[in-house]
Amino acid sequence: MTNTVQDITQESDVIMIVGSNSEEAHPVLGMQLRAAVRRGARLIVADPRDIDLAKQADIHLKLKPGTNVAFVNGLLHVIFEEGLENREFIETRTDAERCAQLKELVKKYTPEYVGGICHVDPDDLRAAARLYATADRAPILYCLGVTEHSTGTEGVMSLSNLAMVTGKLGRPGCGVNPIRGQNNVQGACDMGAMPTDYPGYQKVHVPEIREKFEKAWGVPLDPNPGIKATDCFPAMIEGKIKGLFIFGEDPMRTDPDTHHVLRALKSLDFLVVDELFMTETAKLADVVLPGRSFAEKEGTFSASERRVQRVRRAVTVPGNQRLDTDIFTDIMNRMGYPQPYLTAAQIMDEIASVTPSFAGISHERLDSPEIAGQGLQWPCTSKDHPGTRIMHVGLFSRGKGDYYLAEYKPSQELPDEEYPLLMMTGRNLYHYNAMAMTDKTPGLMEISGHSYIEINTEDAAEAGIRDGERIRVSSRRGTISSEARVSDKTSRGEVWMPFHFLDGNCNWLTNNALDSIARAPEYKVCAVRIERIPEEEAYTEDGRYITQAMIAEKRNEIYASQLAAAARCAEGESFSVSDSADDWSHLVTGSGCADCGG
Amino acid sequence: MISITIDGRTVSVEEGRTILQAARENGIRIPTLCWLENVSNVGSCRLCVVEVDGMDKLPTACNTPVRDGMVVQTMSPRVVEARKTVLDLLLSNHHQDCFSCPSNGVCELQAVCNEYGVCNTTYVGTRADVPAEEKTENPFLGYRPDLCIHCQRCVSACGKVSGRKAIELKKAGTFTVIGAPFGEDWKQTLCESCGNCAEACPTGALFKKPSRDYRSWDVQRVRTTCPHCAIGCQMDLLVRDNRILDVEGADGPTNRGRLCVKGRFGSYKFVSSGDRLTDPLIRDRATGEFRKASWDEALDLVASRFSVIKAEYGGNALAGFACSRSTNEDIYMLQKMVRTAFGSNNTDNCARV
Repeated sequence: MTNTVQDITQESDVIMIVGSNSEEAHPVLGMQLRAAVRRGARLIVADPRDIDLAKQADIHLKLKPGTNVAFVNGLLHVIFEEGLENREFIETRTDAERCAQLKELVKKYTPEYVGGICHVDPDDLRAAARLYATADRAPILYCLGVTEHSTGTEGVMSLSNLAMVTGKLGRPGCGVNPIRGQNNVQGACDMGAMPTDYPGYQKVHVPEIREKFEKAWGVPLDPNPGIKATDCFPAMIEGKIKGLFIFGEDPMRTDPDTHHVLRALKSLDFLVVDELFMTETAKLADVVLPGRSFAEKEGTFSASERRVQRVRRAVTVPGNQRLDTDIFTDIMNRMGYPQPYLTAAQIMDEIASVTPSFAGISHERLDSPEIAGQGLQWPCTSKDHPGTRIMHVGLFSRGKGDYYLAEYKPSQELPDEEYPLLMMTGRNLYHYNAMAMTDKTPGLMEISGHSYIEINTEDAAEAGIRDGERIRVSSRRGTISSEARVSDKTSRGEVWMPFHFLDGNCNWLTNNALDSIARAPEYKVCAVRIERIPEEEAYTEDGRYITQAMIAEKRNEIYASQLAAAARCAEGESFSVSDSADDWSHLVTGSGCADCGG
Repeated sequence: MISITIDGRTVSVEEGRTILQAARENGIRIPTLCWLENVSNVGSCRLCVVEVDGMDKLPTACNTPVRDGMVVQTMSPRVVEARKTVLDLLLSNHHQDCFSCPSNGVCELQAVCNEYGVCNTTYVGTRADVPAEEKTENPFLGYRPDLCIHCQRCVSACGKVSGRKAIELKKAGTFTVIGAPFGEDWKQTLCESCGNCAEACPTGALFKKPSRDYRSWDVQRVRTTCPHCAIGCQMDLLVRDNRILDVEGADGPTNRGRLCVKGRFGSYKFVSSGDRLTDPLIRDRATGEFRKASWDEALDLVASRFSVIKAEYGGNALAGFACSRSTNEDIYMLQKMVRTAFGSNNTDNCARV
């Protein structure tokens, strides 16, 4: 985020939210957005669903998924046409020549043309452009609805164009603000868990940077950028990657096209998983290492607004789990790299020593009365630097702001006759990702415990599907069952599924088409078909109708027994866990084999 | 700035402030129950009454603005007597079985009654005939109307702190009641189970279910950052006997005391789950079976297998993914391991997925 939660919610006149269901995916931000509306901030919501925030919006643009670039170009068209751009900002802060090219590019994106692509009323687009452009202070908030497309990076760049053209950067209540997903996904990028960047976004391919790290770490380093995680899976199948260490990720549940992930992980010569639980991915590992959770270690997380805050050890749990940093240290030493054991505070000191944007950050300082529990926002370049609340004040990090010229390109897999519906995926309020944490809280499972799919009323009527019914959902990559939730929340021709659940996990269906630049998968658009469950599969042997909740219960029972087997395995004993299967209805009908999923 | 006199002290105050704010800014305590800073000043409990020269009635300090030259007494005999009457009246509708109440000892009503020496009520409660069923169907939150003093903090907290307006004032005949959304129909209400209302409640009327399992002073509070989304809410883990029993919102820069349902109720049970992995496990590829192993055996195996792959195919045949939910320190060391020991830049995190 260029700005902070506080200034975008409290000091803004207009708030534009694109592809973010903040109330459910980032609820505490959602609470503050609702407060902003109550205070009088105007709200523009661009989202393909009637999310709750859309009901409070002055303008809701119910975009067709995958059309963000066209949408933003349409806004820019109106802004240029009506002379609402900020000439002074364009001239003084950005590359004005490129801006002229952008103006040329968006000429064809008339509201009528864009309305056709995005399925929105051209006048609503005009109204949104005017409301945003004429506001003194207006932040753009976006989330995975912008990034999880084959044109995700271009969607982000287009939003950045919009903020620059209207001069809404470098001031409170403005900015371009990605609302990051996981608690420390900002930190994971900041810390250099990226094939192209060392910590602090220092580039691997720059010789001076590499030399600095070679000196600091005392070994020669590979001068070539590595392979991005989403590209690693095909590389495993091709045999280019033979050994993989996965720390706390469960790609078997979270990555697109699960069959493909399964094939990739099974192609490896050696897979190591460092985990808290026997996850679907851990089941495939050659070695599973038990690590520690956030409540059993010291450290820091970086919030979305670049704020580094402390994590503190509260408990120790029974067992032989070890600190993950000690596990990595042991492997380094055993592989011939001499790495002393360091405490979390010492590791942060090392991070500060090699990362200019973290140079002023230490546990000691974060715990001091000076900081008073408020954390530090990077860039924080020295011990007396107060941290940076707002980015790009007065100057962009690269000097003059550049524009990225992007044309609208349709998503990779669009509905056709065979798979006539466009499926999006996302989060709900009660769970986080693969639920490794939230499914251990019975109350959350009671509120939201099984897979469901939101379907438009007319599409459901056409398929003869009623609200609450268990249905079959298929794509070119797989078939699952899920509970139909019929309403007009999604538009005609569009369905939406949460990606949390083990039963009816939508990632058996999603497409692993990748963004051409950031290599994020196109989770938000794939083509599916919905059908009623055939009569002979709809009932148990004793004639009871099989609900999705029953399947989830059975599936979770098996999952729990596998977790327990892994957790309680005694010395000298062994146990087996099955691989995952996509269709679990046989668990309830009684046919098929629970172990192999066949 | 204007000048007012509080308890004989002349102080200057910014115009537009309330008497309560002016007093607090100058270190003078006025007791409150329904008032909540920046959230509620409905003045319903009337405990913050003060005496102001020239005013017949005792105004409520929380919502009476200061005027230039105002002379205020916060502890005059008339004020103290009025507060005692207020407490006496509040207790008439408050079930006093404090031993069974999770807020016993941290109850604001109990504290202020002790302060003013009000132990029992001399009135017969007016709400005795109103049906007052407990509402405890929600898995995380409950409401006991017999402990409720109708201060409406929960109504304001839900409307303004959470912005949800799931708790409303309702009518039961001629009586006004708190429409706590935790009854049988809880799934049909607007409630998001965030529990910000329970943290605002001055008594034990609106409570978090986990709070029944401990006494507030028996737990250690460990300040940390929520492990779910990236807003970075600050919170306290409440720990006793090496177990996390509950979570409280803290005044962090992004959450200002708020938490959501996941942060408050879904961020700790997994920690002590009996299903946690306890020991390294090694899988036999032939049988598919896992067995328990010592750390030395497991780590030797990991290092030797990775070293063999590296020797045979080069470091770029190895890769390591970091966890976007773990700490910066963990992630730094993971990528350092991949770059230094594996000899590869094939490290990434789940930002893309």
